Amino acid sequence: MANKHLHELTKGIFKENPTFIIMLGMCPTLGVTTQVVNALGMSAGVLFVLLCSNVMISLLKNVIPDSVRIPAYVVVIASFVTIVEMVMHAFVPSVYKALGVYLPLIVVNCIILGRAEAFANKNTVLDSALDAIGMSIGFTLALTLIALIREVFGAGTITLIPIGDWDGVVSIPGLRTWPVRIMTLAAGALLLMGYLKAFFGWYSEKKQKRG
Amino acid sequence: MSYIAILITYIFISNFILVQFLGLCPFIGVSKSSESALGMGMAVTFVTSIASVVCWCAYQFILVPLSLTYLQTITFILVIAALVQLVEMIIRKISPPLYNALGIFLPLITTNCAVLGIAIINITEGYNLLESFFAGLAAGLGFTLAIVLMSNIRERLDMYPVRRAFKGVPIAFISAGLMALAFMAFDKSLLTNLHLV
Repeated sequence: MANKHLHELTKGIFKENPTFIIMLGMCPTLGVTTQVVNALGMSAGVLFVLLCSNVMISLLKNVIPDSVRIPAYVVVIASFVTIVEMVMHAFVPSVYKALGVYLPLIVVNCIILGRAEAFANKNTVLDSALDAIGMSIGFTLALTLIALIREVFGAGTITLIPIGDWDGVVSIPGLRTWPVRIMTLAAGALLLMGYLKAFFGWYSEKKQKRG
Repeated sequence: MSYIAILITYIFISNFILVQFLGLCPFIGVSKSSESALGMGMAVTFVTSIASVVCWCAYQFILVPLSLTYLQTITFILVIAALVQLVEMIIRKISPPLYNALGIFLPLITTNCAVLGIAIINITEGYNLLESFFAGLAAGLGFTLAIVLMSNIRERLDMYPVRRAFKGVPIAFISAGLMALAFMAFDKSLLTNLHLV
């Protein structure tokens, strides 16, 4: 039984990775990954919304009539997104500004509605919570990977959270002076996504053949 | 900004798909044939234009007087969901041919980032009612332009030998990246050169 719970947690990280394998929630993935800190902020927002909405929907699954379930889910999700918006606006205004329109757009992020529809309305509260955490970790890893590649090559920096005197920016010598500018632009994001998707497709196919 | 400037901005300079990444899911999902791409594009244009106006009115005439602007996100998504349903019913009643063309795409549009995106952008940019309408129209047209171009590329790609790992979605993303490179030629200086700003 413990194994099953563990499976719910780990499946989102690689096997059903929301970004690279199921291809959900592409808009924020490409939109906010110009800096690592924005990717982390976005992931935190998604983690909170996904966890809360999955738990809430799994609790309410017997109360919500089947015919109006999608509007009901959307309202639940939108309420949590509003909470995230207000908290981020108050405590991390720089991240709030950088995420811009992509923050309210978590409402229409397919990952969240997708998990509500495909998982939370059929499973127990514990499994739904684990599923949400696993999916969020997968999402975070994917976003951080894309943001790292784009920021390191495109700007020659790694922007993290400022702590004390340290401004949170790691500079990479060489690339800082001669960055590959295209990586931070829209075109670079789409190209990188294409290559990464091809790589993960190739890798999982190879793994399947061997296993 | 003049209306022409708004149209050019959202069709070319900050194209919803290729520059702002709004509405990528249908862009990748529905761009396999040019016919369905055109249908999807038209349906999105239709909904973004109407949703811009309705959401703008809901914001200015309901949320602002009641000082409930923090409910913006919830209100907009509900308005859009209701609107899409209503549009679907009206089209089915008054124009069956149009319904046949757009019908299957309409339910997908509720969760399209482009529609909620333009409604929020209209508010943050402080557009007035007519400007919002033009921004919505232009966002939809920009979406249509990108998805129709993409579907034509993908139809031709089917005839070329593409490596197995790149088949389907990866090559679509790479083609979109190359298209985005071409769209970089349109920037803010375009508006200045056309004497629109």
